[in-house]
Amino acid sequence: MSDFEPVVVVFACDYCAYTAADVAGRMNLSYPSGVRILRVPCTGKVEPLYIMQALQKGADGVLVAGCLVGDCHFKNGNLRAAARVKRVQTLLDDIGIDGQRVAMVNVSAGQGAKFAEIATEFSNKIGEMGPNPIKQGAKAAA
Amino acid sequence: MITAERKPMEEIFHSVEPYGKILLVGCNECVTVCHAGGRKEVAMLASALRMGRLKQGAPLTVDEMTLERQCDPEYAEELALVVDQYDAVCSMACGCGVQTVAERYQGLPVLPMVNTEFMGSSEKNGVWAERCAGCGNCVLGLTGGICPIARCSKRIFNGPCGGSSKGKCEISPDVDCAWQLIWDRLKQLGQTELYSQIMAPKDWRSARDGGPRRIVREDMAI
Repeated sequence: MSDFEPVVVVFACDYCAYTAADVAGRMNLSYPSGVRILRVPCTGKVEPLYIMQALQKGADGVLVAGCLVGDCHFKNGNLRAAARVKRVQTLLDDIGIDGQRVAMVNVSAGQGAKFAEIATEFSNKIGEMGPNPIKQGAKAAA
Repeated sequence: MITAERKPMEEIFHSVEPYGKILLVGCNECVTVCHAGGRKEVAMLASALRMGRLKQGAPLTVDEMTLERQCDPEYAEELALVVDQYDAVCSMACGCGVQTVAERYQGLPVLPMVNTEFMGSSEKNGVWAERCAGCGNCVLGLTGGICPIARCSKRIFNGPCGGSSKGKCEISPDVDCAWQLIWDRLKQLGQTELYSQIMAPKDWRSARDGGPRRIVREDMAI
């Protein structure tokens, strides 16, 4: 599995994680190139369907990156996102796709190094889990 | 509203196992409000089915459609143009919607994707509670607006029973004693005399005991 480079979609809150990713860039910190960042106005805007469709379209893992608990610009969007991520994890487990392919993380805007660390760790974890199993099933069916 | 919850995925996968192309149909009414079978839930289940079946190596084509009101024949008719293309229709509406579609498209399997639960109201976001049992003879005017049938575990008409303790029902500390609620509300309304009236045994023929019920309004019938 050494040649497998996971695609990890990150739904990053504009007020924290997205800025943290920017800070990581300005600090010249590297994280795996398969990490694809999508800016959202708040993680509370991340519908469970967005996560499902990211996986359905081929992502190997999905990170929802919001503000630190208590620091949400919209008060509790990050808490609602965490509850939704949990529900999606359960649904994924139910359909035979490991729910651990999806995770909620919290970073502040200044934590560039932490963002790079989280993105690297999560990408490595997905790398160990292997590709999204729907890809193999699609190949087998073709 | 009528409340419902999605069936377990294992049961859903089992029910669609024989099919390769299905139409997943939601409803814009009650099941949308209780987040069980509206447009969003249809999209979620469709995505879950596609991925689950891909993982099994047996892809499933799932098309999505949400009707304004699935329990109404005029809206169920909207499926007529497309329904022939599918092996089965999977409905995310309540049992009324499933049956309306099944009755209209008799040659096609129509499968329920949700379990219809009860008639209830929203206590807060994400929490629904039973409020009406559809007994056909409403007594809310005598009981302070609290239903002794839907909210009392024993459905008794002259409560509370001996299982009421500190305002809670003996079945669970999370369940309010309906008769405590009724008494408190009658006191608040200054109508405690209603509580002293013995209520006669209920004629359950107006409820489900009289067989399947119908309402006929001749002035409305075309």
